[in-house]
Amino acid sequence: MKLLSRFLVAAAVVAVLAVGWLLLRERGHAPVPRADSAVSAARLQDPALVARGAYLARVGDCASCHTAQGGAPYAGGRRLPTPFGDIPAPNLTPDRETGLGAWSFEDFWRALHQGEGRDGRLLYPAFPYTSYTKVSRDDALALFAYLQSLPPVRQPNAAAGVGFPYNLRASLSAWRSLYFNPGEFRPDPAQSPEWNRGAYLVEGLGHCNECHVARDALGGLPKQATLTGGQIPAQNWYAPDLGMQANGGLQGWSEQDLVDLLRTGRSARGSAFGPMAEVVTQSTQHMDEADLRAIATYLRSLPPRPPPAAQKPLLDTSALVDAGGKLYADRCAACHGKDGKGVAGVYPPLDGNSSVDEPTGVNAIRVVLLGGFAPLTKDNPRPYSMPPFAQQLSDREVAAVVSYIRQAWSNHAGAVQERDVAAYRHTPVD
Amino acid sequence: MKPPDRLRPALHASALLVLLAFPFAPRAQEAAPVVPDTLRQRIAACTACHGVHGEGTPQSGFFPRLAGKPAGYLARQLQDFQNGLRKYAPMEYTVRGLSPAYMREIADYFAAQQVPYERSPVPRLPADALARGERLVTQGDPDRKLPACQACHGSQLTGVQPDIPGLVGLPYDYISSQLGSWRTRTRATVAPDCMAEIANRLSAEDITAVAAWLASRELPADMHAQPAGSVNPPLACGVLGAKEAAR
Repeated sequence: MKLLSRFLVAAAVVAVLAVGWLLLRERGHAPVPRADSAVSAARLQDPALVARGAYLARVGDCASCHTAQGGAPYAGGRRLPTPFGDIPAPNLTPDRETGLGAWSFEDFWRALHQGEGRDGRLLYPAFPYTSYTKVSRDDALALFAYLQSLPPVRQPNAAAGVGFPYNLRASLSAWRSLYFNPGEFRPDPAQSPEWNRGAYLVEGLGHCNECHVARDALGGLPKQATLTGGQIPAQNWYAPDLGMQANGGLQGWSEQDLVDLLRTGRSARGSAFGPMAEVVTQSTQHMDEADLRAIATYLRSLPPRPPPAAQKPLLDTSALVDAGGKLYADRCAACHGKDGKGVAGVYPPLDGNSSVDEPTGVNAIRVVLLGGFAPLTKDNPRPYSMPPFAQQLSDREVAAVVSYIRQAWSNHAGAVQERDVAAYRHTPVD
Repeated sequence: MKPPDRLRPALHASALLVLLAFPFAPRAQEAAPVVPDTLRQRIAACTACHGVHGEGTPQSGFFPRLAGKPAGYLARQLQDFQNGLRKYAPMEYTVRGLSPAYMREIADYFAAQQVPYERSPVPRLPADALARGERLVTQGDPDRKLPACQACHGSQLTGVQPDIPGLVGLPYDYISSQLGSWRTRTRATVAPDCMAEIANRLSAEDITAVAAWLASRELPADMHAQPAGSVNPPLACGVLGAKEAAR
């Protein structure tokens, strides 16, 4: 039996690689020299175009991945952890040898739109071209003009830490045939311009799907994805369901709550933390009010979700939850309130909070362990913070208090276990 | 302040009057906690480990004391954690999104705290090891290009404003682990990183000796950092500004 399943896996790998190789044979292209580009050097220096590109680079949060900790902006070097290995983001500054200094707009468009490097090499989808393919050519040109206006930084790109078989081009080719649909965003004429703008931002440059849609075992996103949320592989945070209608993760949120969260990092419904805190600080707080409202309009149209299936706990967790209630009264209620409602503008509510109720419990566990500041934004330059409890609470105590808050008040999520806390205690914090 | 006993009945009576006067006063909402608008309240993420006044954990030295350290030094450490020059994941996570202005405000808060110093355990070392520690601290070792600690950290070893921390009053474990982390590159700062150079010229025995001598020293009556300009550092140090770095 074991032998058979091994054989089947091996056969599947061979088949995937063979298909990939066949697809690969049709590819390959040469870079377009800058002299032959349809876009003139003068056009790229148009200040209005560069300024629009700067805004769009904020919307796409490009700097977040393409800047190493403490490094020069856009010079690359940050390594993105994935289940398939670490992938370093490359240098986007216009340095001729190590950055995009020799690239033409045509080369850039092919990377953004088709996920192919300048030499025709297929790019790892850690670079979210699965979303960026929807970016319009005009916006891509503005982005390119902005990147070309940056001071060049000489910083060679590191090699990807990706092992066999994911390091084979044929594997990527096969992956693309399963999960990648190149194509610019097409507005839906039945919807309002505002809705279409929101959809364009969310599905394209905002690349919200890349985290807020659950990935499968091969790291792919389902084709009909509606931001139902999912655990971010390797990073171990849960990106919640963004549905605002019945049973959605943001059910009960108003448009204003959402705009507040994206612009200030906090809202009457919850605060951003973990990877989303960085998204708010670096990206969404800089977005125009109209764009934030467009995003809210789009998210409000996401379909209602089916009611959650009634959970029958396998174990009796009442003792754990009771112990958690005592810990909550001692350690948490002073800020989050006995009623879990928090303090408006200061401490987020835990009652009805999508990050408390999410299916896995990982967010609440890690926030209890790590604590930390609310995102620092123009509207909140001196944020309040939560103490880290990693040094003060045992795995069992964290499991207890998290299980309690997931079931207190109007929350109805499952209890978490001590072994989950033990595992997440050691997740590297990037 | 306790009221004199003879006033107590009057106080009780007036309290009763107040209660009677507002029989229909709305009950404060039970669960809405009152949150002080203070920096101290805002930085609960810091004080959970370092103490409300930055007293740290003197017995173990694991969470360093922050109280009374020069503000420029403290702000620099936050920046170094943010930039990944100092490596400690919980600190890097906590400070990652903070602005320079906010980090400076937090540094100023802890720099202004006055907390008495506590003795912490020191391993027993042979007299010659302690003598070696004293020699390195007060004279250095010119043959190995090791300046005396006092040359930068001040004649009293209480630090120099605004960027140089004191070395007395620190636990043995803290001093030895910091010198070790410069060698393992889990602690670094802007170039030229003079402390990294010095730590790499020290042997393991030197580190033990220096840390033990410093930690067992009687504390001077005035533990404040000496005024700016009290020392003329013999090495170029990035943390002491561009002028020093360019030397």
